[in-house]
Amino acid sequence: MLKKFLATSLLAIVPTLSHAASVTLLNVSYDPTRELYKAVNAAFAADWKAKTGDSVTIKQSHGGSGKQARAVIDGLEADVVTLALAADIDAIAEKAKLLPLDWEKRLAHNSAPYTSTIVFLVRKGNPKQIKDWNDLIKPGVAVVTPNPKTSGGARWNHLAAYAYALKANNGDAAKAKAYLAALYKNVPVLDTGARGATTTFVQRGIGDVLIAWENEAFLSIDEFGKDKFEIVAPSLSVLAEPSVAVVDKVADKHGNRKVADAYLSFLYTPAAQDIIGKNYYRPVDPAVAARYASVFPKIELKTIADFGGWAKVQAEHFAEGGLFDQIYGG
Amino acid sequence: MNRPVDHTLQDPPKLPFEPLIQKNAVITEARWVRVSLTAAALIFLLGFLLMPLIAVFVEALRNGIGAYFEAIVEDDAMAAIRLTLTVSLIAVPLNLVFGVIAAWAITKHSFRFKQLLITLIDLPFSVSPVVSGLIYVLIFGAQGWAGPWMSEHEFKVLFAVPGIVLATTFVTFPFIARELIPLMQAQGTDDEQAALSLGANGWQVFWRVTLPNIRWGLLYGVLLCNARAMGEFGAVSVVSGHIRGLTNTMPLHVEILYNEYNFSAAFAVASLLAMLALLTLGLKSLLEWRHGNELAATRRH
Repeated sequence: MLKKFLATSLLAIVPTLSHAASVTLLNVSYDPTRELYKAVNAAFAADWKAKTGDSVTIKQSHGGSGKQARAVIDGLEADVVTLALAADIDAIAEKAKLLPLDWEKRLAHNSAPYTSTIVFLVRKGNPKQIKDWNDLIKPGVAVVTPNPKTSGGARWNHLAAYAYALKANNGDAAKAKAYLAALYKNVPVLDTGARGATTTFVQRGIGDVLIAWENEAFLSIDEFGKDKFEIVAPSLSVLAEPSVAVVDKVADKHGNRKVADAYLSFLYTPAAQDIIGKNYYRPVDPAVAARYASVFPKIELKTIADFGGWAKVQAEHFAEGGLFDQIYGG
Repeated sequence: MNRPVDHTLQDPPKLPFEPLIQKNAVITEARWVRVSLTAAALIFLLGFLLMPLIAVFVEALRNGIGAYFEAIVEDDAMAAIRLTLTVSLIAVPLNLVFGVIAAWAITKHSFRFKQLLITLIDLPFSVSPVVSGLIYVLIFGAQGWAGPWMSEHEFKVLFAVPGIVLATTFVTFPFIARELIPLMQAQGTDDEQAALSLGANGWQVFWRVTLPNIRWGLLYGVLLCNARAMGEFGAVSVVSGHIRGLTNTMPLHVEILYNEYNFSAAFAVASLLAMLALLTLGLKSLLEWRHGNELAATRRH
């Protein structure tokens, strides 16, 4: 009764207060995109205001990609999710049924407006002489990587290492598994997210090499100076496609569907693609990508399709009792 | 010459020989042992408590006093401060009421399962804060027991202020009750019985006798409870959802700033928490100093 009264009186007041609407979107994202979306959100708000006259505020939540997906499943009301990998958005679609299972087809490039890859960040002068994946399993090399159970970046790290080991051992899965076991043996700490792992390596000075998102590695060098760290590009890595999606049920409930759709489409515009390049993500727009081509090292990149897709990879590697559990738990 | 004998200077006539006591008496330790032990304790305190405290303030002021205040008046920081104050303003009074009721029931009355109740009050102390947060995810999460019903009725608990209040209240529950129980046990029920025999009713006994007897202990408990409520990280982190400007408390905001390489801002907000700790410590010492007798039963912190 009272609730109804309040609601109707609010409805009566609101239109008289302002004619231009003001919307708030919640973007639940993964760990290293903090700087990227700060810039993108400002650009989108200006663009939206110019086009429609409405103001839009985008609230951000960041954390390990898997952890963030879990929070959305548990009820964190994200209008859009911009996570590290498709499997985490699949989980939201499957477990909470907040968006259709074929969400990946709704936007261009598998709903990934930018890509990235996995590289190594080492201390200046590369004192342990780390050149490629096989150097990471040498005794006495401490490797920092986050926990694949909670972090999306860590799953890409894991897959890149696995791809290398398969190639080096002519596709022998048992030997590749042994390589991963040796690799995780050299990991002193598993943080929950990529940013946590970066601060462990960069700020707390733990480890000889950080397996990191390319953008995260570039950002650390920007923040701390070229005299502290260098990037090492391995011979083989993965093409990481961080995916974005509108969370239909939440956006509809909030009445934010239109602006949420526009927000994600905006990511594909040349203006946003340029911000993406500036933040060291690889733009998907060919014209913009060409401008930033000299920034990024040329590496042979495996795609998720080479591993049989996320559903297969998730079950084989990261699910309860999967490959990661077998080598790290046991 | 009959000088009066000063008995205090003489050994008692038949003191039995007690080698153990002699050996263990602190006063018989060599001077260097005492000095080095004291020095070791002081260095430990300096290194583990004072240095980090100083480091917080040094880091916070690294980019100057202007940057310090800028970090604090920034929108998201102010939102975090407001949220932390709101949460404490709800959680502490709740625990004040629950704590007094629980302590009153336990110490002034006898009933079955009393021991069970005491154990339950201690539960938040023994459970990891992460677990304290997760129980609310299990109950109020969209996939939890009450989640579907709540989302139908537009109640938001998890990843919103109510969830943070719940988690904070749970974690800080024992502070006040635990402070009052030993104090009230030591005081016994004589005063109350006297008041009752003089014709006071239950309310009068509580307001005029029990409450004045425990007021300083209560204040002490409220202080500790408040300090923890404002500083709680683990449980709040699980239920917060980490939405900047909406559900970030001060400790969570510190973590975010630190993770964004915004170190001086992170330490600026951390210094506010440190100042809260110092204030709590000061008030606590003042209470112990002025009202030590009335806190006697609980001076174990």
